[in-house]
Amino acid sequence: MKLTLQVIALAIAAVVALIGAAQGADALFRAHSWVLLLVLVLTAFFLLSRGQSRTVDSTGEVGYMDGPIRYGVVATVFWGIVGFLVGVVIASQLAFPALNFEPYLNFGRVRPLHTSAVIFAFGGNALLCTSFYVVQRTCRARLFGGDAAWFVFWGYQLFIVLAATGYLLGVTQSKEYAEPEWYVDLWLTIVWVVYLIVFLGTILKRKEPHIYVANWFYLAFIVTIAMLHVVNNLSLPVSFLGSVSYSAFAGVQDALTQWWYGHNAVGFFLTAGFLGMMYYFMPKQAERPVYSYRLSIIHFWALIFLYIWAGPHHLHYTALPDWAQTLGMVFSIMLWMPSWGGMINGLMTLSGAWDKLRTDPIIRMMVIAVAFYGMSTFEGPMMSIKAVNSLSHYTDWTIGHVHSGALGWVGMITFGAIYFLVPRLWGRKQLYSLRLVNWHLWLATLGIVVYAAVMWVSGITQGLMWREYDAEGFLVYSFAESVQAMHPYFVIRTLGGLLYLIGALVMAYNLVQTIRGRVRDEAPLVTAHAAPAE
Amino acid sequence: MSFLSKHKVIETNATLLLVLSLLVVSIGGLVEIVPLFYLDNTIEKVKGMRPYSPLELLGRRIYIREGCYVCHSQMIRPFRDEVERYGPYSLAAESMYDRPFQWGSKRTGPDLARVGDRYSNEWHVQHLINPQSVVPESVMPSYGFLKHNELDGSLVAKHLSTNATLGVPYSDEMIENAAADLAAQADPDADWEGVEARYPKLKLGDFDGDPSRLTEMDALVAYLQMLGTLVDFTAYDAEANFR
Amino acid sequence: MDYETVRHAADSWGLVYLFVLFVGVIAYTFRPGGKKAADDAANIPLKEDK
Repeated sequence: MKLTLQVIALAIAAVVALIGAAQGADALFRAHSWVLLLVLVLTAFFLLSRGQSRTVDSTGEVGYMDGPIRYGVVATVFWGIVGFLVGVVIASQLAFPALNFEPYLNFGRVRPLHTSAVIFAFGGNALLCTSFYVVQRTCRARLFGGDAAWFVFWGYQLFIVLAATGYLLGVTQSKEYAEPEWYVDLWLTIVWVVYLIVFLGTILKRKEPHIYVANWFYLAFIVTIAMLHVVNNLSLPVSFLGSVSYSAFAGVQDALTQWWYGHNAVGFFLTAGFLGMMYYFMPKQAERPVYSYRLSIIHFWALIFLYIWAGPHHLHYTALPDWAQTLGMVFSIMLWMPSWGGMINGLMTLSGAWDKLRTDPIIRMMVIAVAFYGMSTFEGPMMSIKAVNSLSHYTDWTIGHVHSGALGWVGMITFGAIYFLVPRLWGRKQLYSLRLVNWHLWLATLGIVVYAAVMWVSGITQGLMWREYDAEGFLVYSFAESVQAMHPYFVIRTLGGLLYLIGALVMAYNLVQTIRGRVRDEAPLVTAHAAPAE
Repeated sequence: MSFLSKHKVIETNATLLLVLSLLVVSIGGLVEIVPLFYLDNTIEKVKGMRPYSPLELLGRRIYIREGCYVCHSQMIRPFRDEVERYGPYSLAAESMYDRPFQWGSKRTGPDLARVGDRYSNEWHVQHLINPQSVVPESVMPSYGFLKHNELDGSLVAKHLSTNATLGVPYSDEMIENAAADLAAQADPDADWEGVEARYPKLKLGDFDGDPSRLTEMDALVAYLQMLGTLVDFTAYDAEANFR
Repeated sequence: MDYETVRHAADSWGLVYLFVLFVGVIAYTFRPGGKKAADDAANIPLKEDK
């Protein structure tokens, strides 16, 4: 019965896709509709070939619904590797422009693929699956809404595929980190509302009287992203069977709306959601409660209140009125405090158990994540000071800053959570290899350090070259000379990214072996005298 | 004490938590964004701004499609070096018809806010086909395929009317003549009187070196050649527009 | 609404309001009576699983 319904739903969607493919107002919309049709047909084949055996989430579980979470973990690792790989590709393109293949694989089309793959595909799947895991455990309740959680998972994957293929085809509205066009935005809105219902519904039917703070962060992330997504993407399509729309806002208003969105994609997608992760998985892995629960409450309210104001620091010295720039700068600097409050809260959770840093590479990974969170949330406020920004803006410094946050904080806390989850979700006693976790940790850390350090140097060099005058009062360098000066940095940056990618591949291997139930025959990480690591 | 125990209500009531969070996260955006629509000094008073011509508008769509904004800003900051390198600093008025805006966030390549009239059409075409042939240090990809792609102008009137619905001052006359104006601007043999009157300071004539076809290259170069050329800076009063 | 009135509101009563709110939230969260509830909540992740 369920299968019949699914196939009917797919068939209806396929008819819509076929109409788009035949009647689309422009070539890109028709091409994108063919992509959708292909995806739907493949999905239908997949479902039919599995027949009625679709009972994934009842395998041995009494209470919790872990099927979508297992799929989410696999999707997180898969999209992570895709996103890192595309990152290495575009980094290479900047170093060696011959690696651009027009029109589909030119840098301008592939970069949005990289940013979206990492933020929304990797980060988004990590948030989906960990939020489903955490909300069930901390509420002691099964996910609300039955198969709605599956809809959220598959609907979100469809969003990713449509967004990604759209970028390569040339379907984009050019708002950074919000590039998908109006119809993909609408689809995401539907998926997101169902996500909110599943999450909130689970909290409402909880057996635990208190709502654990991790869920506050997840909830704020879901609600705020909904608000940002809807407002920033308000637009009017040229045709309702076409791939082009015009923004509801223009010029300066559009710019601030976009960076209100863009900065809070960082603040709520990449920070609040992942702080939810930190507040659950760090205490679990360390086997002790969070250092100060009351500090986490202050952290929560201060963070969500302050973050939303910080957007204008992306528009310093632009045609945005000064008062808005000043507000953005002041709030960005204030943001330093709750951010470090959260960092201290995470780190101090280990107080009294610092020996775990030596014995447990997963804890080490989480601690490095929190350390990078602390570093990025210091660097961010500093770069939002107008005098600093006048040098750093438009340069690679910003790119380095983003990556120390994304690779260091978001990536590492996610890896830690995944290493925690996989043995539990697949019922294995332990990971295949803790030594490989350690390899991953150091490859990734080295990769980030190389990447960020090189981008500091290149960014500051760029900024200084642009503004350098000689004794007669002439600009010393042409723009092209500043591009040429970047070449060695672009090459080394690619190597940093490659190290990070290799680390992720090591993780994937380790996880596959873990899921297959293997245990690597290896010497323990810590030698005997430090016995009591259970 | 009864007041103090209310705290528990927030911590244990999911809906309340949801509503409160939403309230708290709304404030910053409301305070910063809403006044931009109401404070009348947000957009400077300038002479010369007009909506994009049909060809420029479609050229702009290609600029967006190819992700040019990823590496090029269109926002000159009020610093000595930027003003000397690129021209007068950008005004909010100059992007008042830009939906979406193209200010950009990164300069892997130079700012393009005033690239119009700086180079010849031939230079732009050569540069787009093979950037390294005119700027050896460049890391820009090749966009030679634009010269082979026929420009799809079938929806151009709807492009204009969509913008008009949103508030861009396209007149009915402009919308009616959109398709004709699209063809005329890049056609050296066309009668330019109408299109020129509708779009002052328009760049006219063939752009891509092949007058027989209207290509995506024509559109993109027409767009690039008008960037930053509209506002009359001799008539601009910076003091009066201080914000 | 013009710029000057908004700015005056922001750096007088707006400032006082936010400061009082801030101190209030801190004092409230760290009130002595809240310690037990916070400790209980902090242990939620550790007591579920089995």
